[in-house]
Amino acid sequence: MTASAIAIPRARRPRNGRLPWGSPAIYFGALVVVALMLAPILYIIIGGFRANSQITADPSGMPDPWVTKNYAGVLSSTTFWGEVANSTVAAVVTTIGVVALGLMASYVLARYQFKARGLLYALFAAGLMFPMTVAITPLYIVVRNLGLMNSLAGIILPQIAFALPTTIIILVPFLRAIPDEIEEAASIDGASRLGFFWRMVVPLALPGVITVGILAFIASWNSYILPLFILNNEDSFTLPLGVQAFASQYSVDTAKVLAFTSLSMIPALIFFSIFERRIVGGLTGAVKG
Amino acid sequence: MNVRTSSPAPRRAPADDVRAGDELSSPALRRAGDAPAPVARRSRRDWRKVLEIAVLVGPALVIFLGFVIFPVVMAGYYGFFKWKGYGPPTDFIGLQNYVTIFQDPTFQEALWHNLVIVVMSLVLQGPIALLLALLLNRPMRGQSLIRVLIFVPYVIAEVVVGTGWSLMLQSDGALNGLLDKVGLGAFTQDWLSNPDLAIWTLLGIITWKYIGFAVILFLAGLQGIPQELTEAAQIDGASYWQIQRRITLPLLGPTLRIWAFLSIIGSLQLFDLVYIIWGQYIASTAGTSTMATYMVANGRNAGNYGYGNAVAVVLFLISLVVALVYQRFVLRRDTAGALTERSEP
Repeated sequence: MTASAIAIPRARRPRNGRLPWGSPAIYFGALVVVALMLAPILYIIIGGFRANSQITADPSGMPDPWVTKNYAGVLSSTTFWGEVANSTVAAVVTTIGVVALGLMASYVLARYQFKARGLLYALFAAGLMFPMTVAITPLYIVVRNLGLMNSLAGIILPQIAFALPTTIIILVPFLRAIPDEIEEAASIDGASRLGFFWRMVVPLALPGVITVGILAFIASWNSYILPLFILNNEDSFTLPLGVQAFASQYSVDTAKVLAFTSLSMIPALIFFSIFERRIVGGLTGAVKG
Repeated sequence: MNVRTSSPAPRRAPADDVRAGDELSSPALRRAGDAPAPVARRSRRDWRKVLEIAVLVGPALVIFLGFVIFPVVMAGYYGFFKWKGYGPPTDFIGLQNYVTIFQDPTFQEALWHNLVIVVMSLVLQGPIALLLALLLNRPMRGQSLIRVLIFVPYVIAEVVVGTGWSLMLQSDGALNGLLDKVGLGAFTQDWLSNPDLAIWTLLGIITWKYIGFAVILFLAGLQGIPQELTEAAQIDGASYWQIQRRITLPLLGPTLRIWAFLSIIGSLQLFDLVYIIWGQYIASTAGTSTMATYMVANGRNAGNYGYGNAVAVVLFLISLVVALVYQRFVLRRDTAGALTERSEP
């Protein structure tokens, strides 16, 4: 800090560390935006508390009286819980797979010196050019030939594969930033490269690992086109497919569809609110590298 | 995305090789005259290194090649066949699939819709997101809560968003009900199936869903702009808008260009929202079909896997050309481009 920097007081952050209140106009603007962003979501959640007759009579009204029958019906259906279980298994296994494989590959790309390294990195990075949408038709054929149709493995393996490029691009800088001195010190203390990997690299890369893990989890939880192609059997449906199937099956029962839809987004919302900082940071990090 | 990131430049000599080199060239060893020992040790170490690399990279590489690269290559192969998806493709028809694609007015419409979505996403989301980011960048209480709330639609599944919006926008849905209630009954519309309107409805939903991502990106970019610059301009008497126009906007350039890139590629690949809200048949009559929904409707759903793969190739090549042109002419200006160069720490 130079003297001139001290001479200009940072009026923006008062000494007690709390931010100042903004002007009412700004809060009003922000309020309008937030209302626009949340209104559709609230419509889904609140709509689930109405009866169909209420919705027909006044499509944009509030519940009167509040009806819990729709939510209770969904929560007591085995279909819903089966789909929750499928989505959870798919997302958890995908996340573990992406983190494990991504971390191992990134470690090599970041800290080993070998001829094909640049080529390997470029290959994984090029994967960003192949979104799932482009590859879905042939991917379906590959999965079918492997006999993985209607099984969660059939969506987990491609999801891991398609999440690897982002993962590697986020993790490699993390791993490269670990100072050589630490590795040398570990080596002097008798740690092998792999020992160093487990004891030093994994803990030090934890912030990056959490970020890529969350990205993989949410992508899997929300994934639609891949399950649409691979899972044709109702028992194997994940939540997105379940929502769609439910919406067409009960197309006249709007209230129940709304209840089902809102329950299916609650896990993602909870997950988001817990890891909100990480997700927001991770997405900007993913783009800024 | 990251086309230009080729080999990460070796930033330093790797510790291992330096050590190995030191051993070999160390005068003590050379004087001792036991040259074979270090060589043997070195090659043992090399083998160990190769083994470690293979074990660590192997699984990721196998899965990646098998489920990303191989299918994409196979798409190029299947695209030359008339093939129903069973048994090996035998009915080679050369470029016939591609000729059919480009002569099909349905595909031309879909391509046009994609172009409209690309352009209008930039035009609608860019300025709004920029204003929101500037607004939220002013230090005030409750800032982080507002940021999170704006970001919520981005995290929710496309299926949930699509189902919710399609219920709300039905002709007897909540939006028309609300318009009636507040006395704007004249504005009630058939939001989803009126072909003049449907694409605008889609653009509205896209804006709602993805603008949070743009805002968060822009905010991250704004935070990277040193406060000293704006403070100096303030002391020189610049107004708030002058500062934004002359300092913030130019410095935000790299972030804006990266966002535009991601938005363009995303728009070209758009599938989920359209397919969920309009379904495969209504999308083309309502004027919201995209190349990706065309691919699914005429490929898998029609059982024409050869044709579907050809559409995938076209979709990929269009995206690739756009990406390369953009990288070449737009992103190149960012010498410290956020996406490409800073993948180095």
